[in-house]
Amino acid sequence: MGTGLVPAGQYQAHRRVWWRLVQTARLCCGVPDYDNYVRHVLEKHPDREPMDYKTFFRERQNARFGGSNGFRCC
Amino acid sequence: MKGFSKLAWGALAVLGAFCLGTIALRRGEQINALWIVVAAVSIYLVAYRYYSLFIATKVMGLDPTRATPAVIHNDGLDFVPTNKHVLFGHHFAAIAGAGPLVGPVLAAQMGYLPGLLWLVSGVVLAGAVQDFMVLFISSRRDGRSLGDLVRAEMGRIPGIIALFGAFLIMIIILAVLAMIVVKALAESPWGMFTVMATLPIAMFMGVYMRYLRPGKIGEISVIGIVLLLLSIWLGGKVGAHPTWGPAFTFTGVQITWMLVGYGFVAAVMPVWLILAPRDYLSTFLKIGTIIALAIGILVVMPDMKMPALTEFASTGMGPVWKGGLFPFLFITIACGAVSGFHALISSGTTPKLLASESHTRYIGYGGMLMESFVAIMALVAASVIEPGVYFAMNSPAALVGGDVHSVATAVSSWGFTITPGELEAVAADIGEHTILARAGGAPTLAVGIAQILHQVLPGQNTMAFWYHFAILFEALFILTAVDAGTRAGRFMLQDLLGTFAPSLRRTESWTANVVATAGCVALWGYFLYQGVQDPLGGINTLWPLFGIANQMLAGIALMLCTVVLFKMKRDRYAWVTILPAAWLLVCTTYAGFIKIFDANPAIGFLSQAAKYRTGLSTGTVIAPAKSLDQMQQIMINSYVNTGLTALFLFVVLSILVYALSAIRKARANPQRSDQETPYVAVDPALAAAL
Repeated sequence: MGTGLVPAGQYQAHRRVWWRLVQTARLCCGVPDYDNYVRHVLEKHPDREPMDYKTFFRERQNARFGGSNGFRCC
Repeated sequence: MKGFSKLAWGALAVLGAFCLGTIALRRGEQINALWIVVAAVSIYLVAYRYYSLFIATKVMGLDPTRATPAVIHNDGLDFVPTNKHVLFGHHFAAIAGAGPLVGPVLAAQMGYLPGLLWLVSGVVLAGAVQDFMVLFISSRRDGRSLGDLVRAEMGRIPGIIALFGAFLIMIIILAVLAMIVVKALAESPWGMFTVMATLPIAMFMGVYMRYLRPGKIGEISVIGIVLLLLSIWLGGKVGAHPTWGPAFTFTGVQITWMLVGYGFVAAVMPVWLILAPRDYLSTFLKIGTIIALAIGILVVMPDMKMPALTEFASTGMGPVWKGGLFPFLFITIACGAVSGFHALISSGTTPKLLASESHTRYIGYGGMLMESFVAIMALVAASVIEPGVYFAMNSPAALVGGDVHSVATAVSSWGFTITPGELEAVAADIGEHTILARAGGAPTLAVGIAQILHQVLPGQNTMAFWYHFAILFEALFILTAVDAGTRAGRFMLQDLLGTFAPSLRRTESWTANVVATAGCVALWGYFLYQGVQDPLGGINTLWPLFGIANQMLAGIALMLCTVVLFKMKRDRYAWVTILPAAWLLVCTTYAGFIKIFDANPAIGFLSQAAKYRTGLSTGTVIAPAKSLDQMQQIMINSYVNTGLTALFLFVVLSILVYALSAIRKARANPQRSDQETPYVAVDPALAAAL
């Protein structure tokens, strides 16, 4: 996944750590990485249009709390 | 190099043993909390390095070349191969909640030593094993849920029984959590104001994330937390105000009705409005507070004021909860040592996000060790406050009286010297009118956290601020659990009732939804109301029921793991799960029988019912009841609790029977008979990229 042309700064340790922290915080709220989702859809399902971030976010929110899951306690 | 690393691990083991030895030998003098933290952490590390590795390689045979559900079904949404540290954070945030914070606080009435030993040994041999094993089993079955796993490996009927058990546990958990909030907020205008303020704050955040700047979790959470801190500050003013103070002062019963009404309304509202934003706040606040507490303990290095063992450890007649060390300590500290609820998380979202099977050890076993560490910190926080204050806060008024003088006399007579003036001073420090009869763990923990944090961050009158911060942080995630749990309970109820009346299963039907939600709220509301009304404090009754239920679920999960091990033909390693499963079964069934049949009315439900029944027939009012009506109520509650405990026993024993028969069949079968999904090799290029 690290093959594309990206600025070298992207790979600086502190940026990477910060990005992981942001990812963790988002995942704790049930929102997985959006870039990863878009990349996945573009690579694997070229026929499909990826959701925009707003739709993606709402979809994830409903998936987390709408069903029988989402209960966390101890 | 290898020899050197063995040497280092050996040194760590010696350090842990040395710290434990110090804790055990220095009786009668106060020891520093650091001894406890260092002992626990070194044991965790050694257990992780050796025991979890043994389980990973020998017992389970983890295979990094096997593709996980996230890799096979990758959709960028539910199934996403995730960096292992990111997933660790997610898993930890999902398992850590109110349980590990409250249980150790309640158990501290026996002194800190029993709780410490059970937390450390329980997590290493039982709790972390369960989480790890269930995660492994679920990840080899497309990340399916615990109920599905029991159905697939043991049969349809045990599957339904397990689902039913999980539903009962949910009800009791919601009641006991709501009860903690009631105990913390009753007669506390400051606390009540700040908790009520979270509603408009959450709604503002919800609207902001939905319409103003969709999906910007980070910025709105920062705004939300700032608003929360402001509301704590404002709450202090409101609580002290001559007209607004009384307007926000409510009794326990009033708060109970508010919570029941709130639970019903919140469960049928759209999730983005209140539930989701408050969940974000409570998650971030929870992680932040845990980190702050850890740093606080390391910096302040407080002394443990609670004795290592109190007389209640041997008499079993402590004021906070009744019952001997065995089995009730192992019931009281549920989460933190071993928690059945984690089996639901480990078979929920986490297995769908695993990038590689080899990560299960770090996330399953390691995540649970982390939770146990949180429980250790809660134990420390409860033990650094004066024991006299601890017992004054947690003893029911029926036992020690309702004013500072009688409480101080009663508590001092147990050997925990405290004066009425000191009790009033603590109340004034934390900005409350009184600290008496605040059982439930949260307020005690809040005093402990406030004592530690205000030493790290000095300033005038910050004790009161940090106390209400801690109360708010606990109330926040408990309220989130209450509405998420009511929703989840509603789905479970619809699923269960759907077995008999299929029309109720339609989750898009409004009637079915309202009926199931009302049913769910009524059930937990009943137990909550009974607990709040209970003159003996309620926590006395509800917490053991919760503990039995939670440990019972852990027992079910471990029995499932045992069945799977036998089906995998790993008979010679099955002791890894048989040992903790047997221990939990012994503790829960023994505790269940004691709760039902014990001759002491303070412990046994039936003898309590009998006592009030004879009182009713002769027309004499028996304290702590104040009228015949109350006695009638206590009697009915005792019968209901008897029935509930009997149901728990039925659930766990019937699963045991099914498990034994499944094991017998598996042993008779020369072939492997587990229901694993077929092996798919992971693409080596993909594996390298993760």
